[in-house]
Amino acid sequence: MTQRRNLQGNEACALGAIRAGCRFFAGYPITPSSEVAEAMARELPRVGGTFIQMEDEIASMGAVVGASMGGVKAMTATSGPGFSLKQENLGYACGAEVPCVIVNVMRGGPSTGMPTRPSQGDIMQTRWGTHGDHSIIVLAPASVAEAYSETIRAVNLSETLRVPVVVLLDEVVGHLVETVDLDAIPAGAEVWRKFATGPREGFEPYAVTDDLVPPMPRPGDGYRSHTTGLTHGPSGFPTQVPDQARAAIQRLSDKLDLHREAIESYRTRAIEDAEVLIVAIGITARAAQAAVTDLRAQGVRAGLFRPVTLWPFPEQALRDTVENSGARAVIVPEMNQGQMVLEVERLLAGRAEVHRLNRIDGEVIAPAQIARKAIEVLA
Amino acid sequence: MKDAMEQVASRDAGSAAEFDIRQYVRLDQMPHFLCPGCGHGIALRALLWAIHDLGLDKDKLAVVSGIGCSGRLSAYVDANSFHTTHGRPLAFATGLALARPDLHVIVITGDGDSLAIGGNHLIHACRRNLNMTCMMLNNEVYGMTGGQVSPTTSAGRLTTTTPAGNSEPVFDACALAAGAGATFVGREVTMQIVALRNLLRDAITHDGFSFVEVMSDCTEIFGRKNDLGSSPEMILSQKSAMRPFAYRNTVDEPFRPNTMPTGVLARHERAEYGAAYREMCARRQDKGAK
Ligand SMILES: Cc1ncc(C[n+]2csc(CCOP(=O)(O)OP(=O)(O)O)c2C)c(N)n1
Repeated sequence: MTQRRNLQGNEACALGAIRAGCRFFAGYPITPSSEVAEAMARELPRVGGTFIQMEDEIASMGAVVGASMGGVKAMTATSGPGFSLKQENLGYACGAEVPCVIVNVMRGGPSTGMPTRPSQGDIMQTRWGTHGDHSIIVLAPASVAEAYSETIRAVNLSETLRVPVVVLLDEVVGHLVETVDLDAIPAGAEVWRKFATGPREGFEPYAVTDDLVPPMPRPGDGYRSHTTGLTHGPSGFPTQVPDQARAAIQRLSDKLDLHREAIESYRTRAIEDAEVLIVAIGITARAAQAAVTDLRAQGVRAGLFRPVTLWPFPEQALRDTVENSGARAVIVPEMNQGQMVLEVERLLAGRAEVHRLNRIDGEVIAPAQIARKAIEVLA
Repeated sequence: MKDAMEQVASRDAGSAAEFDIRQYVRLDQMPHFLCPGCGHGIALRALLWAIHDLGLDKDKLAVVSGIGCSGRLSAYVDANSFHTTHGRPLAFATGLALARPDLHVIVITGDGDSLAIGGNHLIHACRRNLNMTCMMLNNEVYGMTGGQVSPTTSAGRLTTTTPAGNSEPVFDACALAAGAGATFVGREVTMQIVALRNLLRDAITHDGFSFVEVMSDCTEIFGRKNDLGSSPEMILSQKSAMRPFAYRNTVDEPFRPNTMPTGVLARHERAEYGAAYREMCARRQDKGAK
């Protein structure tokens, strides 16, 4: 049975989440993400799930973490101003290792900014938005089909690694309508966090396991454990003993490092012999792809590197791509004043010259703009 | 410490036959971190006593707290305990209670936690009427951060951020909760621990959102700063500033008058939020909604 239909990026996030087993959504309306909440309000009751519109984004994030601590897969969605409000409770999820998914559909900023205009201004905020050392996963779809599949992956990664995962869309991908066949997109088997099993006596909710992901106790299963945002040792209770504190904080980042292979994802196009490599995400990557096609038609050897996992950034893959293609110039087009380029510059220092291409006027970067820049830097 | 527990247990033997607090606290977390004379411990005791009387299954009990001295109490309860963020325990609890209607959800919060930073969540929790109990410990001050002014600090009181005395009017938490639509509202002082236990029992068995304000005392910081005497003196003067609600008919004073009513201040029936949501969704599915 094929089911080709016109679907919007935001709605695809909602359907992907439900497909992956998400059964709780709490949110607060904000352009350009509201369609995620609206789709969840419509769809969740059909699968026995719960939707609630909370009093603000702080509460939404809190409710999502609360539901997940109850053993139910949970998601929220928002945009700039709301994403800022969620940060404290998002940090709680990082520290207490509570699986959850946050869709952030980027609009122009700072502040209320340009609510209906696209932007990629939250690239650094998704990585470092909440205070303190922490690790987080950010996935950046570039199409409606990918909004669906990456939200599924977001739910799965958050479950297996007990970490919040941000699905980062720009307004264009969020509102883009494309024809997709959801049944043709492999969703894989449903993935769950490891729930605690075994003896209740002496159970340690944050025990250090080989995979660095502690099994999660579910209320009602008899473990009666404690969860806190205070730095805690294996027992789950607060600690300020230096060795224990260091180990607890270190494990959070070691955990993601250990599972980097499963987390990282990227796509490339025409990189083999590329003399100029374009690094882009989201709708800007779609423009870059068109630019690569146009440039190739003109005989310019251009290639595209598109991180699908934005954080942790696919470091080695980018370095290898540049090395193997022998590209001498790299262009990073983004709808901000230069955020992802900082990471690219850091990774490629001394290996290739890195050029910026930025746009902050609420308009998308056009393929012709990228092509022009490529010709200019090669000249 | 063991001796002290022993003493407490034997005192209980007289008053409440079979309640043994040791069955409800995490003994490995003792000694607790509250200051001598702090009323929060009495409130916790009354809560655990109520839980005991009701025979709640500890495995199905979820205690959710915010940040503050009050917030630290969840760690001492032998249950599923969640120490969340400042002001937000009701938000976390809302997700938890909706996702897991089979749990008994009890929120422990402070006056700053629920009336200042978390005020928005409190009024909406009252309005929604989701099944949970919120116990607010009102010690008139921000205890945890060292004694700053709170929305319930009485007029004229000295705190570290009102060195000339507090010039702000106080919030009447119960009037606020009732005004926001809470279907169960009550207040009690720690001195009346049996009445407090009874009130909490009624609150927990109430179908919907219940709000209980416990007048607690911060002897070490607030009491000392304002020359309010020892803990027993503070607790006594708190009691004399209250009168049982049964002696009057209405909660009509908007800001704190010289005396405050205690007991059950509001109780009425309204559809519980979770049940109502699930029923509406089911009805819509029955109609074959597209
Ligand atoms: C977002 C945030 N702001 C401020 C604080 C600092 N803080 C911790 S507890 C507290 C006040 C607690 O007062 P109250 O709720 O009355 O509880 P008490 O300590 O008196 O029991 C504050 C301001 C914090 N932890 N988080």
